[in-house]
Amino acid sequence: MATKAQSRIAAPAVSTKSRTRIQPLTVISLALVALWLIIAAFPFFWTFWGSFKVQSDFFSKTDWQNAIYGVNTIRQTGSPFTLEGYHGAWVDEEFWRNVINSGIVVFFTVVISLTFGTLGGYALARSGRRYAFWLLMAALVFRAMPHITLVSGYLLPFFEWNIWGILPTTIIVLVAINQPFTLWMLHSFFLNIPKDMDESAMVDGCTRFQAFRHVIIPVMWPGVITTGLFSFLLAYNDFAVTAMLLSSENETIIPAINSFLGTTQVEGKVMYAVAAVVSATAPLFVLILFFQRQIVSGLTAGAVKG
Amino acid sequence: MKHRTFFWFILPTLSAMILFIALPIVSVFIQSLFVEHEQVLVVSESCGPFGCTPTTTVDTAATAALQEEQPLGRFNGLNTYINRSHLAFAEVGEAWRNTETFGAFWKQIINLPFYRALIFTLTYTAVVTPVVIALGLAIAVGVNNLPRFLKGPSIFISLLPFLVTPLVGSLILFWMVDSDGVIGATIQRIFNDPSLSLKASTALTWTMLIVYGVWHTLPFSFITFYAGLQTVPEDTMEAAMIDGASKWQRMIHVIVPHLAPLMSFVTLMLLMDNFRVFEPIVSFKAEAHATSLSWIIYNDLRESGNPLYGSAGATSMMTIIGVVILLTPVLIRTWRDFSRKAH
Amino acid sequence: MLLKRLAAASLFAGLMGSAAFAANCGPEGQSIRILASDFPAIHAVVDAARANCGDAAAEFTANHTTEARQIMNAALTPNPAEYTSVILANATLTQLMNDGLVRPLNDLVEKYKDSIPPNVLITIDGNVMAVAFMANSQHLFSRKDILEQAGVDSIPASYEEVLEAAEKIRAAGIMEHPIAMNLQTGWNVGEVFNMIYLGHGGEFFAPGSAEPSINNEQGIAALETMKALAEYAHPDHLTHASNETQGLWESGQAALAIMWGSRGAPILDDEGSTEEVTSNTVLSAAPTVGGGSIPAATLWWDGISIASNVSDEEAEATFAALISGLTPEMVAENNDDAVWLLPGFEPGPAAAGVAGTVQGGARPYPMIPQIGLLHAALGSELTDFLKGGESAEQALADVETAYRTSAKEAGFLK
Repeated sequence: MATKAQSRIAAPAVSTKSRTRIQPLTVISLALVALWLIIAAFPFFWTFWGSFKVQSDFFSKTDWQNAIYGVNTIRQTGSPFTLEGYHGAWVDEEFWRNVINSGIVVFFTVVISLTFGTLGGYALARSGRRYAFWLLMAALVFRAMPHITLVSGYLLPFFEWNIWGILPTTIIVLVAINQPFTLWMLHSFFLNIPKDMDESAMVDGCTRFQAFRHVIIPVMWPGVITTGLFSFLLAYNDFAVTAMLLSSENETIIPAINSFLGTTQVEGKVMYAVAAVVSATAPLFVLILFFQRQIVSGLTAGAVKG
Repeated sequence: MKHRTFFWFILPTLSAMILFIALPIVSVFIQSLFVEHEQVLVVSESCGPFGCTPTTTVDTAATAALQEEQPLGRFNGLNTYINRSHLAFAEVGEAWRNTETFGAFWKQIINLPFYRALIFTLTYTAVVTPVVIALGLAIAVGVNNLPRFLKGPSIFISLLPFLVTPLVGSLILFWMVDSDGVIGATIQRIFNDPSLSLKASTALTWTMLIVYGVWHTLPFSFITFYAGLQTVPEDTMEAAMIDGASKWQRMIHVIVPHLAPLMSFVTLMLLMDNFRVFEPIVSFKAEAHATSLSWIIYNDLRESGNPLYGSAGATSMMTIIGVVILLTPVLIRTWRDFSRKAH
Repeated sequence: MLLKRLAAASLFAGLMGSAAFAANCGPEGQSIRILASDFPAIHAVVDAARANCGDAAAEFTANHTTEARQIMNAALTPNPAEYTSVILANATLTQLMNDGLVRPLNDLVEKYKDSIPPNVLITIDGNVMAVAFMANSQHLFSRKDILEQAGVDSIPASYEEVLEAAEKIRAAGIMEHPIAMNLQTGWNVGEVFNMIYLGHGGEFFAPGSAEPSINNEQGIAALETMKALAEYAHPDHLTHASNETQGLWESGQAALAIMWGSRGAPILDDEGSTEEVTSNTVLSAAPTVGGGSIPAATLWWDGISIASNVSDEEAEATFAALISGLTPEMVAENNDDAVWLLPGFEPGPAAAGVAGTVQGGARPYPMIPQIGLLHAALGSELTDFLKGGESAEQALADVETAYRTSAKEAGFLK
């Protein structure tokens, strides 16, 4: 609250004086970003560092500093860093199979989700009718359903129809249960694209679909990519669906990681899970760097100028 | 838009949702109105490597015969909804009659699993949602003002809480907040209390879950707002600057209104996700101090061996109703927007 | 140690050829599909079956998944079922039998009786429903150096002695929280109640019915024992399951623990702990309680079952293949992965606790159809008592009401 008051007082002075002076608001905002980045990154870097240690260091009950210095790692392997976790996950447990499965599931889920979602979201944003509103509401109600109830309901029919355990079933289920989210998000983005754009194209003689293809598609990418990012993350991180609907040979990375964690009775290979998580994040880094350029660079420009 | 065109545009998404969500919801609702047939028990003896013990077994043939007659089970109406595991009307009424003070009444209420879960669920939703929206917007604006070369890494780092699967992310955090872990030990040092444990007290457990909830969902609101900021019309911003509006004024009068549709979208999604909070409770093993509606469903479906579909179905339907009630204000707003845009 | 391993390995190599040759795989060209948990010991059995009979079968698949328990009922319901066999345990056998999804094995056992080891048949009402191959139970882990230091001469044999020893350790200023137990709210805390209640001689249900009968003297005594133990446990005990208690033990922060026998081998190995801890860790039978004569623990087994909804040929081929895997050679090669109930098992130090508990006559985890519901009710309702907000009577009454609610829904009570 203090910041608000300060900035109010500071505002007129700043706007009349030099613009180059650093405003308190900017400082606060930068500090907030810096603080957030530290909080967001710390557990991950801790994990990254710890993935080169043995379990008794990273999950030390004796002293958390063991995770930094690797006391037991040195004792057990002779060096403060070990690749045991990575070797175990990728070579012994053949984690790459799960990565391939995840790749397939995630790719198709994102593509199908976005195709269905853009068509539907566009229609909902442009139709001013009541039923469009009620469809949006229905989608919300659909989304309120806890996934675990849905998934346990799928089991029996899927076994009966003999489609349990395979990737296509999981893909279509993930598409369906993420559809309300995709639809709503894209609908919000399409609302931001001025109506005149496609309507003027239709006045020029385009059909609705042609207008969609030639006018809307070129300007919808920021929304689509952001939505795609979330479809991606939801599919990639999903545990409830993939754990229950895939057999072990088709397992994606998250249920595989879960199986590294062990159970009440059997000790897990927790460091395999840690190494697997860290190594699964690396390709995401590349992917996000790639797409953030799409978001940031002027692709948006055309959309809103009108 | 013509009805026909609308129909073809909406067909793929609608059929996916009807098939995989709407029909299951209907079937779950029907299921929740029924209870299982009476199980025909027979007394028997079980023997194994550890000797023999008397036991009972289900006479599956006799039970199957009952099942044949009424495949859905015995009709129970809304009784599952009002039994002790759910709304517990009888127990609440009794507590009301038998207690003198409100405190005593309250104590009996929170002894009922549904209300106990509801209280945590609502607290969590009420705290996490606004915090995530406010911080998400603030950080999105901050990142947007960063020099170009810092934006990419900042976005990536901001997404990390979302990227590391909760399965392992919370496992690691669970260990970090342990009294011997890096965060737990630091907090002990800060408060100078070596017996302080985040996991042993109800209040601290709730705080821990809420902080985790904010940390874990902040990337969502951040990224959505960040993407929205890219579409803020530059000429409007410039006009505001020429008019002498301060950064704060521009924020309030230009950016926030522009982001309003996104804001209601994010609110809707956050309210809904937070109301269904589940993963952190299991990952942080917080069941002793905090349970949620989704956790009750999970417990009914997984912990009792043969799942209690009726009970889980009833809690699921009440979760949906709860979400709809929570969302009503936002929905009314959306309805107004919608009607305005339509005409 | 090395010599022994070598001997076992060469024995194994010598027998391997003849075993594979001799394996009786039943009808050929069948499809064998197995659902199992993801345990090393179960992998060993299934892999041995595959090595022996994989070639004789038209198809041999195994799905090892942590979610086996969640999907097994749905997977076996269609006809034909998704799997011909489920590798299961006490609780999961009950879960499948409640829906009539596993078949009696009497005729198959008769036919293959030469290859089936003695004393491993799980018989219910005269029907063989499963063939067990490994055992597990909770038991006591003690640090003999710390006990000596605190002036305790012998390994505690009863919970009363455990508490006494814990008090001495605390009084001597060695450890503030010497006891470690899996008291996590949910399945774990329910299981601790089960074992101590059985140790007190309690019965879960009125004989022959589904009426709960835990709100009694033994129930209250069991809860009081749990509370007394929790006093000496780490303050976070309500979040502690096997991984946490094992961590506490390996870092030398506990001196007396009740943990699963299957955690014995990982605790005694040289990974994750110090020489001081491992060399002083003693595994012994679960303690008795309240003057009872049997160890307060629940015995568990893992075994083979065959689905109802598959053809008789598939059932036989699957049974034969899995039985062919239960050989002394398989046991020799995986001796330390489990407490095997099979010939050829050489109990090492890691098996001492389970062996002692079994010999002491501990009760098996009850195979009663509605036990899962009671266990779930215990798991969620006992915590209030342990936190100190509720009396033992109230907690047990809550458990019974919660159980009644779900048992009515499941059709066990009217």
